[in-house]
Amino acid sequence: MLSVKDLHASYGSIKALHGIDLEVNEGELVALLGTNGAGKSTTLKAISGVLRPVVGSVRFADEEIANKKPEAIVKKGISLVPEGREIFTSLTVAENLRLGAFSSYQRSRYQKDLEEMFALFPILEERLNQPGGQLSGGEQQQLAIARALMSHPKLIMLDEPSLGLSPALVDQIFELVSALRDRGSTVLLVEQNAERALKIADRAYVLKNGRIKFSGSPQQLESELDLASVYFGGEEGKGEVTV
Amino acid sequence: MIDAEFLINTLSLGSLYALLALGLVFVYGILKLVNFAYGEYIMVAGYGLFLLGSYTALPLWVIMILSVLLAAAVSYLTEIVAFRPVRTKSLTAMLITSFAISVLLQNAALLFVSPRSRAVRLPAAFSQSITVLGVTTPLRNVLTIVTAIVLLAGLTVLMKYTVLGIAMRAAADKFTTTRLMGVPANLVISVAFIISGFLAGVVAMFWIGRSSSVDPLIGFAPLLIAFIATVIGGMHSLAGAVAGGFVYGLLFNMLSILLPASVISYRDAFMFVIVILFLLLRPEGLIKGSYTEERVG
Ligand SMILES: Nc1ncnc2c1ncn2[C@@H]1O[C@H](COP(=O)(O)OP(=O)(O)OP(=O)(O)O)[C@@H](O)[C@H]1O
Ligand SMILES: [Mg+2]
Repeated sequence: MLSVKDLHASYGSIKALHGIDLEVNEGELVALLGTNGAGKSTTLKAISGVLRPVVGSVRFADEEIANKKPEAIVKKGISLVPEGREIFTSLTVAENLRLGAFSSYQRSRYQKDLEEMFALFPILEERLNQPGGQLSGGEQQQLAIARALMSHPKLIMLDEPSLGLSPALVDQIFELVSALRDRGSTVLLVEQNAERALKIADRAYVLKNGRIKFSGSPQQLESELDLASVYFGGEEGKGEVTV
Repeated sequence: MIDAEFLINTLSLGSLYALLALGLVFVYGILKLVNFAYGEYIMVAGYGLFLLGSYTALPLWVIMILSVLLAAAVSYLTEIVAFRPVRTKSLTAMLITSFAISVLLQNAALLFVSPRSRAVRLPAAFSQSITVLGVTTPLRNVLTIVTAIVLLAGLTVLMKYTVLGIAMRAAADKFTTTRLMGVPANLVISVAFIISGFLAGVVAMFWIGRSSSVDPLIGFAPLLIAFIATVIGGMHSLAGAVAGGFVYGLLFNMLSILLPASVISYRDAFMFVIVILFLLLRPEGLIKGSYTEERVG
C-alpha cells in the first residue's frame, strides 16, 4: 500500500534521512522505532508532504506522491496525527472534528462518523463546544486521533500518540491503535514506548541516524537486538544488526 | 461632553477604523505579514471611482460597487503575482514585496493619472445631512455605522459558521496542520487577501466620501490608522482589530474635545504617545487572541 524507497530529506543543510526504505501493506500495523533524533517524525513528515522537497520515491496505492502538497496527500487517504497533537486550540472540539473531515466530507455520513468518534472517545462528546485548548493533554491526544479518523484514511500515521499520557491512558491509546488495525485500518505507528508498540505491531522498523537499522517481525527484533539500545540510544548490544 | 453628537461621531469613526484594522489583520492572522500595500487598495478603489465616473455613464452606485470589487481584485492579484512566489522564502522577503507593491501602485497612479488629486463624484446621499437623536449629522456617518454592522455580522457568520471560516481560523492558529486536514494553503490565503481588499474598498468609499477626491498618496494615512488600531487592539485576533478600531476612534474624538485649541494640531503626536504607552504597557494589545506566531512555510 505504502512503499518508500531510498528517501532522503533534510532541514536546510542538515540531512535528517539518508535513504529510507519502508513498506506498509494493506491491513498491517507497522511500528517505526528509534532513539530521539533518529528521524522518525521526519519520515512521517516527508510521507505526508509537510517536509518538502524530498529525494526518493514514496508510492501510495500505486501512485507516486513524493513532493506532493500535504492537502493533496491527505485527499489520497493518508492521515497524520502529528507529534505534539497539534490541536487547533482556539477552535471548539466540534470545529476540530469538522476540519478533520474536510478532505472527504460527505453530508450523508458526517453525523454517523461523529457518533462513531463519540463511541470511541466519550469525552469528546462532553466537550464538544469547548475550545480544544481547554482539553487536557490526554483529551487533546484523543481529539487528534479522532480528527484524523474523520477523514476515513486508508493509512493512518501516528507520531508518538502515548507521549506524556498517564499509564491508564497509554493503555487506552494502545488498545485503540490495535482496535483500529482490527477493524481494517492500516497503521504506521511511531513510538517511544517500543515494548508496548512491539506487542501490537505486525512488523517493525528501527531507525538510527536517519537510516533503517532493522526491519522484521517484533519477535525477530526482540531476539536480534537489544531493545534498550533501540530505545535509549546506548551502544548496540548483541552485535551489529544489518538489514 | 458625552452627548448624542459625540456618540454618533465616535461610533462612525470607530466603525470606519474597525473595518480598516480588520482588513489588515485578516492577512496578518494567516501570513503574519503586515501588508504595507494595504493602503494602496484604498487608493485603487478611489481611482476606480474617478475613472469609471469620468469615462462611463454608469449609475454612481454601480460605480461604487465596481470600485469596491476592483480593490478586492487588485488585492487578490497582488497575492497571486507577488506574494505567492516569495511566500515560502522568508517573512522579510514578503515585507519587502509589500513595500514594492505599495510603491509600484502609487507610481502607477502618478504616471497614468496624475500626481495631483482628482475629484470623484459620489451619490448625493454622501453629502446630505440627517437628524438622528436630535443631532444633525452627515448621512455618511450613519451609513458608515450601518455598513460596519452589516459587514461585521456577515464576517462573523462566515468565520463562525462556515467550513471556510473555520478553516481560516485554523490556518491562523496552525497553518501546516490546517493543510494536513486537506485545506488548500492557496485557498485560505487568497480568501484572506480578497476579504482584506474588499474591506479596503468599502472603507475607501467613506474615506474618499469626506474629501470627494483621490490622490496617489491617499493610502498612507489609513494604513497608519489600521496599524495603530491593531497595535491598540491586538494583532492576534479579529475581535482585537475591531476593538482597536473603536478605541482609536474614541481616543481620537476625546483628544479633539479635550485638547486646548492651541495644541489641537499636535493631536497626532498625542495619538502616537498613546500608542507607545500601549506598546510599553500592553504589547499584546487589548485582546490577546490565540494565534500563534507560526509562519506559513
Ligand atoms: N525543524 C527542524 N530543523 C532542523 N533540524 C531538525 C528539525 N526537526 C528535526 N531536525 C533534526 O532532524 C533529525 C531527526 O529528527 P526527528 O524529529 O525526525 O527525530 P525523531 O526520531 O522524531 O525524534 P523524537 O523521538 O525525539 O521525536 C534530528 O537530528 C533533528 O535534530
Ligand atoms: Mg519525533
